Amino acid sequence: MPALPLDEAGKYVAGAYVVFLALVLVYVAIIAAKIARLERQISELVPSENDE
Amino acid sequence: MYSKGLAPLAAATVVTVTAALSMVFFYAPNDADQGFVQKIFYVHVPMAIVALCGFIAGGVFAIRHLRSGDSSWDLRSYVAIHMSIILGVGVLVTGAIWAKASWGHWWVWDEPVLVSFLVVFLLYCVYYPLRFSIEDPGRQARYSSVFAIAAGAFVPLNFVAVRLAEAYTHPRVLSQTGGSMPGDMRLTFLVSIAGMALLFVTLWKLELTAKHASMQLKRLRNRARVAA
Repeated sequence: MPALPLDEAGKYVAGAYVVFLALVLVYVAIIAAKIARLERQISELVPSENDE
Repeated sequence: MYSKGLAPLAAATVVTVTAALSMVFFYAPNDADQGFVQKIFYVHVPMAIVALCGFIAGGVFAIRHLRSGDSSWDLRSYVAIHMSIILGVGVLVTGAIWAKASWGHWWVWDEPVLVSFLVVFLLYCVYYPLRFSIEDPGRQARYSSVFAIAAGAFVPLNFVAVRLAEAYTHPRVLSQTGGSMPGDMRLTFLVSIAGMALLFVTLWKLELTAKHASMQLKRLRNRARVAA
């Protein structure tokens, strides 16, 4: 198959890199949500200075 | 414990991945045969290599778990396999995009590299139902480790089998004779692999840290409940 022209090839290349970036971003977002939940649970467990 | 060195590692990852992306689009020349579409190679192949190495690392950690009985090695093995499966999804999707652009089809069943990766990926998809169908934590860790070792041993065997296959469509990039890539493409490829490997290790450590903190919190809650 001959090489695709730049305007058509660009869509495929962009698609591949967007897939990669989306995977990383979704993964980081899930981990960030997990860490935020952990932080909330820790603050529930440890009384704040105002409560003491 | 797991978060040691995470900040400099994350910084190194950002620098290397940025350098790799810059080199892909501004330094490496277009391939004479495939043209601009070949740029997919710099994300697809490093992802595949790092995912396969992650599967092998999962097996090595599992060996350490079975030898020492230390559950932290099982956690390391689980997270390495989990990360590799995520990268595996990326490999299959970017591979399909590349196949469509190069060959006009989303998937080609007579391409040994593609099919062998799919076999490895599907093999590891069994890991989750196996692991989470066992409730007892000790048995869960042991059975998962045995699976990780057996599957981890299959990965290099699979790689060798593909190299021995007759039909080659993918370029040979890391052969003993220097591969088929010119120097600037080769350098870009090596930086891309380094970036992908650093990204893998950073996210692996990040998830280990989160999982470890979650387990510690659970222990703390149990202790607080007993004390109350």
